[in-house]
Amino acid sequence: MANGLPSTLKRFTNGILPENPVFRQILGICPTLAVTNSMDAAMTMVVAVAFVLICSNIVTSLIRNLLKPHLRILVFTLTIAAFVTIADRLLAAYVYEMSKKLGPYVPLIIVNCIIIARCEVCASRQRVVASVADALGQTVGFGLALAAIASVREILGFGTWFGLPVMPSIWPSWVIMILPPGAFLTLGLLMGGANWIGRAWRARAAAPRPAGA
Amino acid sequence: MDYVSSLILIAISTALINNMVFHWFVGNCPFIGVSRRVDMAFGMGAAVTFVVSLAAALSWVCTYFILAPGAPLTNWIWHKISPQSTAIVDLSILNYIVYIFLIAAAVQLVEMYLRKFVPSLYKAFGVYLPLITTNCVILFVCLEIMKHVSGASGPVFWDLGKALTYAAFAGIGFMLAIVIMAGIREDLDHCDVPVPLRGAAITMIIAGILALAFMGFTGMDKNLAGLLKQ
Repeated sequence: MANGLPSTLKRFTNGILPENPVFRQILGICPTLAVTNSMDAAMTMVVAVAFVLICSNIVTSLIRNLLKPHLRILVFTLTIAAFVTIADRLLAAYVYEMSKKLGPYVPLIIVNCIIIARCEVCASRQRVVASVADALGQTVGFGLALAAIASVREILGFGTWFGLPVMPSIWPSWVIMILPPGAFLTLGLLMGGANWIGRAWRARAAAPRPAGA
Repeated sequence: MDYVSSLILIAISTALINNMVFHWFVGNCPFIGVSRRVDMAFGMGAAVTFVVSLAAALSWVCTYFILAPGAPLTNWIWHKISPQSTAIVDLSILNYIVYIFLIAAAVQLVEMYLRKFVPSLYKAFGVYLPLITTNCVILFVCLEIMKHVSGASGPVFWDLGKALTYAAFAGIGFMLAIVIMAGIREDLDHCDVPVPLRGAAITMIIAGILALAFMGFTGMDKNLAGLLKQ
């Protein structure tokens, strides 16, 4: 692997913050917004995406030498579609209520840009171990981002977290956080916050002696 | 008359009330990525509307004749193969794979057709076409049509006309959203946005405010249905 591609460990850690799929790469926004009005829905989504991402990264990595350049995207999508069908049927079989709640967003994992991007960037070039590490890292990053958004929305919107009440009973639930506008606003503000922290870190790393520290 | 008014209702509720971007959150990647200039946004919206209508027609035909439980063509073939069987063939497990294949094929066809016969149009939105394969709007529309064609219980049945109306107005709703956003972002270039919010973050916040505005259309379909009945 002396061709300048990141190592296995680097692939894993990259996904968590430096290349966080939601906040840094702005990929997979559709499920991020749609399923984050409660923590349990968001976590189910993360598990489904993790399953599809890991499986399709393994398959893509195994067949990477057989891929024809002009057909590769089609092969990726068909691989992903097969795994999404499996995930969708599994969800419908074991957690039917949740599968109803997630509705069309489970099949929409097929066109989730995160998975296609990872197949293209990593799995079609590196060995299986690195691809799995990459998939795990991206999953952790995606999970953290979804957990952040879902926590804000569920706590402000319902006053609960994972269905458990956390706010005092006089809390007036902000219904708007559950509705679509709340999703956009929360993601926008959190993205701004992530950028702000990132800039602060970079500034501190660049300046040897930060002012006021 | 009933049929026409149901078409109008589908059109209004798809384009405005349950707007693809602001209500269903689909098509957000191009909504953020390609909304810098109004002409680009318009090109993307037009390309999506065109492809989504084509893909919807293809997927309606495939679902109705081949994939749905008890679809005529599959059952006819099955009974030719084993005449004494009474089983109902159900290929709906293949839905997602077939849809994604259809979408990719439709995009490829449109691209080749435009390059050969309408080069000016190809130049205008050729660059957006490959992006459309992974646009959630198209798959979402196919899934909605699937729900209405194969769902024996629950949603009402859609014929080809209703499915096409739904698809075309889903595309128009997407175009509306992305053009509005591009118009706002062109003006935003002259504003003093806080540095960490620049780029995608402020776009999401504006989208939130626009989604609030679009929530004002809620309930319009009921009144419209009453008006059309009179």
